[in-house]
Amino acid sequence: MTSIVLNEALSQQSLLVVYAAMAVFTLAFLASVYHLSQAASLKDKNLKSVRAFERIALALSILGTLILAVGVFMRGFAASRVPWANLYEYSITGALILMMIYLISVRSKEVRIMSTFVVGFVLLVLGTAVSIFYVQVASLMPALQSYWLVIHVMVALLATGFFSLAAALSVAYLLKTANWVEKAKTSRTKNFKKIMEIFPSKETLERLAYRFNIIGFVLWSFTLIAGAIWAERAWHRYWGWDTKEVWTFIIWTLYAGYLHANATRGWTGKRAVWLGLIGFAAVVFNFTIVNMFFKGLHVYSGL
Amino acid sequence: MSSSQLYDAPEIGLTGWTRWIWRQLTSMRTALLLLLLLAAASVPGSIYPQRSADPNGVVKYFDDNPQLAEVLDFFQLFDVYTSVWFSAIYILLFASLVGCVLPRTKIHYEALKAQPVQTPTNLSRMPVFEAATAPKGIDPVEKGMQILRSQRYRVIRRGDSISAEKGYLRETGNLVFHFSLVGVLIAIGIGGGLSFSGQRVLAEGDTFVNNLAGFDSLSPGTFFNPDNLSPISVTLDKFEVDYDFANETNIGAPLDFRATVTVRSPEDQQGQTALVRVNEPLDATGASVYLTGHGYAPEITIRDANGDISYSGPTVFLPQDGNMTSIGIIKVPDNLPEQIGIVGFFYPSAIQLSTGAYTSIFPGAIDPMVSLNVYTGDLGLDSGIPLNVYALDTDRLTQVAGRGTDNPAVEIKLGETADLPNGLGTVTFDGVKRFASLDIAYNPGQIWVLIFSLLALGAVTVSLVTPRRRVWVKKTTGGFEVAALSKRDDPKLEEVVRELTLGIRNG
Repeated sequence: MTSIVLNEALSQQSLLVVYAAMAVFTLAFLASVYHLSQAASLKDKNLKSVRAFERIALALSILGTLILAVGVFMRGFAASRVPWANLYEYSITGALILMMIYLISVRSKEVRIMSTFVVGFVLLVLGTAVSIFYVQVASLMPALQSYWLVIHVMVALLATGFFSLAAALSVAYLLKTANWVEKAKTSRTKNFKKIMEIFPSKETLERLAYRFNIIGFVLWSFTLIAGAIWAERAWHRYWGWDTKEVWTFIIWTLYAGYLHANATRGWTGKRAVWLGLIGFAAVVFNFTIVNMFFKGLHVYSGL
Repeated sequence: MSSSQLYDAPEIGLTGWTRWIWRQLTSMRTALLLLLLLAAASVPGSIYPQRSADPNGVVKYFDDNPQLAEVLDFFQLFDVYTSVWFSAIYILLFASLVGCVLPRTKIHYEALKAQPVQTPTNLSRMPVFEAATAPKGIDPVEKGMQILRSQRYRVIRRGDSISAEKGYLRETGNLVFHFSLVGVLIAIGIGGGLSFSGQRVLAEGDTFVNNLAGFDSLSPGTFFNPDNLSPISVTLDKFEVDYDFANETNIGAPLDFRATVTVRSPEDQQGQTALVRVNEPLDATGASVYLTGHGYAPEITIRDANGDISYSGPTVFLPQDGNMTSIGIIKVPDNLPEQIGIVGFFYPSAIQLSTGAYTSIFPGAIDPMVSLNVYTGDLGLDSGIPLNVYALDTDRLTQVAGRGTDNPAVEIKLGETADLPNGLGTVTFDGVKRFASLDIAYNPGQIWVLIFSLLALGAVTVSLVTPRRRVWVKKTTGGFEVAALSKRDDPKLEEVVRELTLGIRNG
């Protein structure tokens, strides 16, 4: 006789910890926005008082990530399993992994400046998770009881993390190269242009986005293969065009297109960056809309 | 003078056109557009139900929107992934891939045999460049050669300069990746053709024999030969489900499904007992047995007016909700004096609602009950047309018990017997068995799909992380120059030049 221990009380405490992490991330976000505005308005961008806010933002990001890690672990303990078996858990663990990837890459100053985008996005994910996706802890349905849940979903989370960082760099690239920014006329757009000037050059942004995207692509390919191996064990066929399989394939194809665009004359630069962002839009779509509203075998949102 | 006479256009001709089309098809831009087209063409298959993945969804769509469904069906939107247009895109994509990769393979093969390129005359034009003074008594070119060789560059000295190249794996990996994708496609095609998958519902105690007659439904591949079915039989000895009783918020959630089966073959009549679980199929010779569903099969015995048994045995009732309220059909052709048809409801843990209707409040069989709507008349079994065992054709039947008739539905608890109306006989609810839906599948191609996929993954990873670099060292009067060039994004290029320069200077 199988039995499990679920601890909803611990899960509620984990939720409070996630809220605490969100509070700290909000402060980190404000600090990094303030840093950007100060750095843009002052001539000497390396002024001590300006740099201080960048350091505060970073310290708060680290603190928020540690608190979030505690919350994620508590949720895992509350459910006696890996904390990524429904949409809520997937979101909080995904946010944690994105922050970890960011903090590991933060030694590069070109990546560090992205904190506004990254922390802002993490706040958005966590906010959606606690307000819309939250579900009580529940047991794993037998179809999910497999070590492939650990491998397949973990790698999907990592891939999503790298795609997210690439998307942040791509958005910065597009803002920097947008016509209304480059030929800024009004005082407001001129100010914005100054902010964008703090960011790395467009070549650097493009190159960094490409690097994060290729890591994401390799991991996503692995996710697809691992998913097929699991599908053969659980559903008697390795591929059956289930809605989630379809979208995994679409994402893979879009990023494959992105890689080709980067090697095609006339498609590098803005077009390739846009293509990468379309790929990321498909990732977000797959993770929200497909999970919640599409019919299929991957009905694990828990909603 | 008309514009067409401004110059003499050469005749292109058929071969010329063919060559032009081929060149267009194999261009990188076409490959890119086809990839994007393939992504876009995949989308409708996730919006509309597909016959392959969700056949009932398609039937429902036709019922709900008959006219729209006709139009969608004309455009093959219920069979997107086998449709003409989807196939056209991926066939063109693969043609473009092969056409692009074959000539590249030839070029790469020649590059692998060739020496590194000539040293450019003006090294300072290269993206990374450094000039330095050489220490006395050291030949910078000789030293540079030593260092680059130790770093596994291919190096050649021409006069006062060396030209070195590294990272051939970038192109090798890229080519292997693309060829592996062709391998994946071929393995999918051949494997799919040779494959089969059949479904069978087995109640506890029942046996399934692996031949065509043994399946409830079968989807064979194009080249599938039923003679190749391995002659095994599978008996479902026992089916167990563990439910969560302990956690308040999770009560009734299934924690584990276990099917205990015995597999016999002509060589092994005694058989082997094995456990089949979700995620843990039984890999038998020539086929794997998967657990895909489960439900209840109440044992019901019907006696006719004389007390003779006219129907007996477990009958598969299909589950309708999470608490396993189930519906099943019983057909009793041999009952006297009239044929009987029954639409039965099964409640594993029955309670009566205030409306008088029953429902199940727990999926386990704690207090089982059946409620039977009884029909008499002609079951239509003699027409020779195979009938769906899960449906009752009531056209030539008269309902004699259940809602809308004078008699209430026949409600029986486990172990009880009740009279059928109109002196038709009696019905006994003897016991509750479970059934398992098994999938028997075989696909000889899937292992090759996996091998080629992993090869593709490995190759693309190697290709993406290997930079293709060219490095040059040139002796100048009083010193030396180092320069480097990379084909694509190369984060370490500057470091390479800096370290090489330092290495030479430090002797």
